[in-house]
Amino acid sequence: MSAVAAPQANGYNFAYLDEQTKRMIRRAILKGIAIPGYQVPFSSREMPMPYGWGTGGVQVTAAIIGPDDVLKVIDQGSDDTTNAVSIRKFFAKTAGVATTTETRDATIIQTRHRIPERQLTEKQTIVFQVPIPEPLRFLEPRETETRKLHALADYGLMHVKLYEDISRHGHIATTYDYPVEVADRYVMNPSPTPKFDNPKMHMSPALQLFGAGREKRIYAVPPFTKVRSLDFEDHPFEVQRFDKPCALCAATNVYLDEVVLDDRGGRMFVCSDSDYCEERRADGHRGELSGEAPGLHAIGGAS
Amino acid sequence: MYVAVKGGEEAIDNAHGLLAHERRGPVSVPDLSPDQIETQLALAVDRVMAEGSLYDPALAALAIKQSRGDLIEAIFLVRAFRTTLPRFGNGEPVDTGAMAIERRISATFKDLPGGQVLGPTFDYTHRLIDFMLAAGVAPPAPAEVETDFEATPRVTDLLDGQGLIEAELPDDTAEVGDLTRAPLDFPADRDLRLQALARGDEGFLLALGYSTQRGYGRTHPFVGEIRFGEVMAEFVPEELGFAVPLGPVSLTECQMVNQFHGSAELPPQFTRGYGLVFGQSERKAMAMSLVDRALRTREFGEDVTAPAQDEEFVLSHCDNVQATGFVEHLKLPHYVDFQAELGLVRKMRSEYAARQQELKEAAE
Amino acid sequence: MSALAITAGFADPVIEAQAHFHALMNALARPGSVQPFPAALDAPAPLTRELAAVALTLADHEATLWLDETLAASKAVVDYLRFHTGARLVANPSDAAFALVADVAAMPTLASFAQGTDEYPDRSTTIVIAVETLAAGGDLELIGPGIEDRTRFDLSPRPAGLAVQLAANRAKFPRGVDLVFVGARQVAALPRTTLVSEV
Repeated sequence: MSAVAAPQANGYNFAYLDEQTKRMIRRAILKGIAIPGYQVPFSSREMPMPYGWGTGGVQVTAAIIGPDDVLKVIDQGSDDTTNAVSIRKFFAKTAGVATTTETRDATIIQTRHRIPERQLTEKQTIVFQVPIPEPLRFLEPRETETRKLHALADYGLMHVKLYEDISRHGHIATTYDYPVEVADRYVMNPSPTPKFDNPKMHMSPALQLFGAGREKRIYAVPPFTKVRSLDFEDHPFEVQRFDKPCALCAATNVYLDEVVLDDRGGRMFVCSDSDYCEERRADGHRGELSGEAPGLHAIGGAS
Repeated sequence: MYVAVKGGEEAIDNAHGLLAHERRGPVSVPDLSPDQIETQLALAVDRVMAEGSLYDPALAALAIKQSRGDLIEAIFLVRAFRTTLPRFGNGEPVDTGAMAIERRISATFKDLPGGQVLGPTFDYTHRLIDFMLAAGVAPPAPAEVETDFEATPRVTDLLDGQGLIEAELPDDTAEVGDLTRAPLDFPADRDLRLQALARGDEGFLLALGYSTQRGYGRTHPFVGEIRFGEVMAEFVPEELGFAVPLGPVSLTECQMVNQFHGSAELPPQFTRGYGLVFGQSERKAMAMSLVDRALRTREFGEDVTAPAQDEEFVLSHCDNVQATGFVEHLKLPHYVDFQAELGLVRKMRSEYAARQQELKEAAE
Repeated sequence: MSALAITAGFADPVIEAQAHFHALMNALARPGSVQPFPAALDAPAPLTRELAAVALTLADHEATLWLDETLAASKAVVDYLRFHTGARLVANPSDAAFALVADVAAMPTLASFAQGTDEYPDRSTTIVIAVETLAAGGDLELIGPGIEDRTRFDLSPRPAGLAVQLAANRAKFPRGVDLVFVGARQVAALPRTTLVSEV
């Protein structure tokens, strides 16, 4: 089936939001781009989906999307997890835009928890759904205080926290939501992507936008912008490594999901990025279990 | 290119189909009409209007039906509907002094101008299940009395006349904030705090208000007055330049009167905590007025020591649509992050095991 | 004044606002890149159609507008912007969310616009300046976020002492103003992050 243009749902504006709201969000996006990594307050609207389920990402996507865009929505790297399906349907219904699951065909990719394995291009914008935008929030719960710390570029708290990890565990015990410094200034929360994805943000050709609906913040990383994961000289930043390649497509250097096969400790590791995995298999790549586990690409979907 | 039509999409549609089926229940039982909800579950409708921030009883009743009686879900439906409504401007402040009183009580004065009016209340009912209701027995007609409508002065206005309570002077020049149109910024002014509390979760405010009574930020409150009834909502269209009535709105207002010993700047006097909600909800209006007073702690030069006095804490967590969304989002898949944690725990366990082994070998 | 005297805005406000926003977003995300900007509307002189398109895309009653002297002096321009955007016009450039500049030569200094604060650097003015030509290449070298390595940019006419003013603006980061330039159906931008030098 080719990209489908669905009719608009009656009674609502293109992409659901009214024009006044879109302008407000658009102004915040432009400010976010001009001040990379700074969290711009915006008057997030109540969306017809729950807070915490992507309302920030949905508002950003609704504000930027046009009739010629092709939208991809992923959750946990996969296009067919329930929330990704729900958000994709929302835009197909309210904006009538074409949707796709293929990373290379998309002009806008809305995501929760992953960055696709395939390198993004200058023609693409990636929109992250963010639950807690403030990287300092769990070190200092008060907005009035964290705002001051950002104003002073005082990130001592964060460094102390990471260093305490090292002294206690021998390494930094943060595996996702791993803080980054953007363009040599703001410390930013990359959203709960695994730290595996942090290096993809650095000098990405794509524009990266972040929307936190409940917390009412929008922020951005322009294309080709320095994004450095915080670390120490004697404890440099490292990403997760997997011992095995993907069991379905044999990809290495990708993020893998662990799939439990039985109750006797049997398990397999497969690509978290389902489109990447499918594309590799279509190109003839075969993993050690690819013959035995048909349809495993749909795991985690409609369970 | 193709649209993913895999298990996920079909499963969602099927789940929603089943939900509609369960909502209706057995067809041997008559379908519930929104009118029945609006008139017979009126207090549920009132709560949905109050926390949904939209005065529309028929819509709230329909939302309750759609949500199968889950009131937070109904509030969410009303909020999502409200977001897309065009704004014409701000209404005029309502005059609760001119309220058509259905109920009005004061705990601070035995009798007062306008009198004590009990109205429809659960107070003093014995909480015994009434099996006659199940039998559908019609209640006897209520007692009636002829009254002339006249404005009933608020208790706080009576105190105000004697200078015993802090003066509350209207400021017609200041713009009224709207946290649904501009992001909340701390410290927030009282207009925004009151707006947040009026929309806030009844249970959360109730618990906070209760905590102040138990010593977590004590405010020495007295119920100056609670009143419930209808007021006229009015709006001044730009092109007319005078107020036109939009229709009557049911409100519950609570004015809490709090003892205050005075400070370097202020003489000893009573201070105010204010609660105002759509419909009839004394519990919410009272809790709101307790929390409002607690949130004014700094204004009176007192120390912030308790949760109910902490503006960031209260305002950031009182909204049940936000709270339920974020709590419930934990059921969304998190397996990517869980995988990251799993890897770390495995790594740390193997490091731990290696250290234990070393210790063991060193000991031997 | 009758509404009939006011010339047309966007024919399809929803779709055209999105298209113009998209161009503005790309311009700010990729400093110095020149983006197509259709601006198919009918603005009263001296308001250029491109300045009008930016205003219609971004301004409304929640975002204030400042007009330079040339624009503010024209009742037709003021009426047009009021009618199409509903934005409040402010006299002081430091109160403006957006500033529209038709006469580059008479433009106030960048420092006279809202700079934001250290805590809220977003509370600053975006200055939209009408110029005659915008082009890639040229004698302005740009470095910073949005630019892979370095790029060259050209515009004319230019505000007085542009490079020096931009250096001072950059030094205040995260405070500072962002500049949007509109030419004939084109738009380009220099956000506050861009380091600009004349070569």
